[in-house]
Amino acid sequence: MKRAIKFTRRNIRRTPFQAIAASMVMLLTFLALQAFIILAAGSQTALRYFESKPQVIAFFKEGTTNQDVTAIENALKQEIRVTNIKFVSKEDALQIYREKNKNDPTLLELVTASILPASLEVSTKDPQDLAPIADILKREPVISEVIVPEDVVATLTSITRIIRYTGGATVGFLMVFATLVIIMIIGFKIRIKRTEIEIMRLLGASPGFVRTPFILEGMFYGVTGAVLAWIINYSLLWYFTPFLQGYLEDVKLLPVNLLFMLTLLGGSLVVACLVGAIGSFAAVRRYLKI
Amino acid sequence: MINFKSVSKKFGSNLALDNITLEIKQGEFVFIVGPCGAGKSTLLKILTRENLPTSGKIMVGNVDITKIKDSDVPKFRRKVGVVFQDFKLLDDRTVFEQVALTLEVQGKSDKEIQKAVEHTLKLVEIWDKRNLFPKQLSGGEAQRTAIARAIVGKPDIVLADEPTGDLDLKTAWGVIQLLNEINSWGTVILMATHNQEIVNTLKKRVVVLKQGKIVKDSKEGKYE
Repeated sequence: MKRAIKFTRRNIRRTPFQAIAASMVMLLTFLALQAFIILAAGSQTALRYFESKPQVIAFFKEGTTNQDVTAIENALKQEIRVTNIKFVSKEDALQIYREKNKNDPTLLELVTASILPASLEVSTKDPQDLAPIADILKREPVISEVIVPEDVVATLTSITRIIRYTGGATVGFLMVFATLVIIMIIGFKIRIKRTEIEIMRLLGASPGFVRTPFILEGMFYGVTGAVLAWIINYSLLWYFTPFLQGYLEDVKLLPVNLLFMLTLLGGSLVVACLVGAIGSFAAVRRYLKI
Repeated sequence: MINFKSVSKKFGSNLALDNITLEIKQGEFVFIVGPCGAGKSTLLKILTRENLPTSGKIMVGNVDITKIKDSDVPKFRRKVGVVFQDFKLLDDRTVFEQVALTLEVQGKSDKEIQKAVEHTLKLVEIWDKRNLFPKQLSGGEAQRTAIARAIVGKPDIVLADEPTGDLDLKTAWGVIQLLNEINSWGTVILMATHNQEIVNTLKKRVVVLKQGKIVKDSKEGKYE
């Protein structure tokens, strides 16, 4: 194997432009693959967040008493579909508002607890239970408005589905393209090394000895592309984290979990080795008749 | 050592070797001579298992090389060194690397390779050229490199296909003397050539081929 690696290194070093071209194609493929995986995982996390968050928010009218609130809470506790009930008082609402707008003093000056309504956040086991719970709340005379973020979940579900399908199709296409590029480059190298291969065979090289450096070369291009793509994706995520965090608010997506990124790298390396090996193996089978 | 028994080789309808029977003993130096298309190169290619005969048997030692499995061919080839008229050196490797390649494919260690290559390059008198590339070598130096590559693995047989074909007479003599020296260690040399002067001066066994048949086989023979 040590010798095969030495031969591979020599093959790569002596045709640097082809090596760069092959690595670039693999880089693009893995850039797209990893970006789609990050997006899919991100949207899935966001979806889970919205599905698990108190889904129905009911705002109380001005003058609602504690007894009214307790009565509604008790009624909801009888519902097996309800998993959690949280009362947010006017003061709590002001606290949340202040926290969210701590960088904007003008907005803080204008708002007091009296103008913010108290609310009840009600979580359900299943998003499908949101509508019936919302109907119960709407019937209460002390409730002024009920917000059901079903639409957010529906939109996120559809976005996640689109990312999965378009991502899958794009990555599938790029994988095929990358494999064909590897076949083409390794095939070309086999052709230009015809004399060397012929001499090695006459000197008693086994078929494995001749083939292995070509297979390793294909894998090298895959691994190089995957590692570079991972570095670029991670750097971009790291760079844009402060900016994106402002939009994502409570959704705990950023900074991206290091374990997730390392798993992504590991998975990419496995796929890269496979694509490289399959491409170069196909080229060896097609062009290297030993 | 080498025994051809009724060996024939056909390429389509063309009979390249016609019922060849030939025995070569350990340590012999044999010239294979004859006009172009007589079957000299075919004979050598069959001995390296590049081609299989259409019929007949070829014993090398106790092994019938027409019967060995494809997976065992590399092992067999390590016992046979080959020298070509056009040297077949690799443009992107130095003299040292060309010779080391033989041992690399055999899986020898770097230390063994270093020692054996140094010894062989000194033997063929091109040690000082070890870091040069083929384009920087003269014809004689290139052929010496090719011979070093063929013998560094200590083969039992060296096949030389017109090794002096592209060389001037003086250089050619240097190459022949080198092959003669290798032969003196007990290595079988089978050399296909057109060069009458070399054949007639060296006075070794001469096998004359014509249209795929052996028409003459004589010890200390002449090529007319």
